[in-house]
Amino acid sequence: MEYTKKVMELFKHPKHVGEIKNADGIGIIGNPTCGDEMHVYIKVKENKIKKIRYKTFGCVSAIASSEAMCTLAKNKTLEQAEKITDKDIANYLGGLPKIKYHCSILGHEALKKAIENYKSKRTKK
Amino acid sequence: MKIYLDNAATTQPAKEVIKEIDRIQNKIYGNASSLHSFGKEAKRELEKARTIIAKKINARPEEIIFTSGGSESDNLALQGYALANKNKGNHIITTIIEHQAILNTCKALSPQGFKIDYLSINNEGTINLKELEKKITKHTILISVMHANNEIGTVQNLKAIGKICKKHKIAFHTDAVQSFTKVPIDVKKMNLDLASLSAHKIHGPKGVGALYVKKGIKLNKLIYGGLQENNLRSGTENIAGITGFAKASTLNPKMKEITNLRNYMIQKILKEISNSHLNGSLKQRLCNNINIRFDFVEGESILFLLNENGIAVSTGSACSTHTLKPSYVLLALGLKHEQVHGSIRFTLSKYTTKKEIDYTIKHLKIIIKKLRRISPLTKWNTQKK
Repeated sequence: MEYTKKVMELFKHPKHVGEIKNADGIGIIGNPTCGDEMHVYIKVKENKIKKIRYKTFGCVSAIASSEAMCTLAKNKTLEQAEKITDKDIANYLGGLPKIKYHCSILGHEALKKAIENYKSKRTKK
Repeated sequence: MKIYLDNAATTQPAKEVIKEIDRIQNKIYGNASSLHSFGKEAKRELEKARTIIAKKINARPEEIIFTSGGSESDNLALQGYALANKNKGNHIITTIIEHQAILNTCKALSPQGFKIDYLSINNEGTINLKELEKKITKHTILISVMHANNEIGTVQNLKAIGKICKKHKIAFHTDAVQSFTKVPIDVKKMNLDLASLSAHKIHGPKGVGALYVKKGIKLNKLIYGGLQENNLRSGTENIAGITGFAKASTLNPKMKEITNLRNYMIQKILKEISNSHLNGSLKQRLCNNINIRFDFVEGESILFLLNENGIAVSTGSACSTHTLKPSYVLLALGLKHEQVHGSIRFTLSKYTTKKEIDYTIKHLKIIIKKLRRISPLTKWNTQKK
């Protein structure tokens, strides 16, 4: 299995690891039984993702996909962030091995869930 | 620094072995089947090697068949025996932790009318002899149990299994690829009829192995041709590889030194890294095998970060395989999926040094800490405590 340089770089030097206390939205996807679990935290200000952090249990490509997703979503409006696809994440990484492509889907879905969570909280208010 | 701790996958060829192979490649290039002096010379080397391997397991030279390696030996043993003895019965018993060379051969035999039963293991990694006896029917023709497991290093009690086979008059095969030269093998005391061996796991060359076939055991061949190897395995003999194999089997395996180093490494990891656990038995374990699971983190990530530091290991995690399936051996131990995902195998050799082990543990500690900081499972689990 060959990972791209970008995948290895993001995996070795992650920049968005962590949690956000009082996050505006949280997205949790996967479970450890399958080998991947991703938690995404977002802070939203003026309809923009101001801060984004994650915690991931998983392989090299799951961690790199989490990083890629954070980099792509940061400072984007919610509408823009919602449009980020698994393909965008995979492209940002310079591609993923075929059997690892699901990691990029995980990133996409975790972000989607975090935004949904933020929106549902707001409507409740 | 480059550190090789994947000796269950393959080993570095010993200098003595390379020298021996070189000697043969340079001087003894005849075909062992030829009648001229070149052929005679090759034949002499071949038979010398056969005698050396035979002595190692208390067999007779004519009971050793050279093959292309462990997988071919396993295939020849199972397919060969099953197909040649179909008239006696169609039932085979093996274990769920066998190497894929056995499991996939069994899978290939089932549509040909053979019924296969797989023995389970306990949480130490050993099979239950009572379960084995219960599974035996009047149709059982072959029992195949690996000597030492490639992932968790558990050594099975072949002598006790051999006794059961003898009592019920059933042929007994063992895949001894991992144990050869590390655990004594005596085909007579263990009542073995068939045993698979491999060269590249014992600092020999790749592409060479052997099958012990007890005198009188009938096998169907897999490869047809010039009737070499007692008409069981045709093809011009790989004299260089075979003599290299024999050479490797005579070298000091340094079991005691490896065992000490293994115990040192296990103790140090379990002591210095919290929430780490040894998979499988410590007592009935190959001298060079360590398999440890680290809670809250995933094995492929550990493997790649160790590799970044020049350290080579392997993992039971699904994420590292072509099929994305977690190790069936670790699952058979009763581990949960997430525990299997966090398992790393370190396999030592006689060339491994204490300095290398210390260097590995130093980096391992940093890596596990780093990955646990990234993992969402860490917080929840430590909070529970």
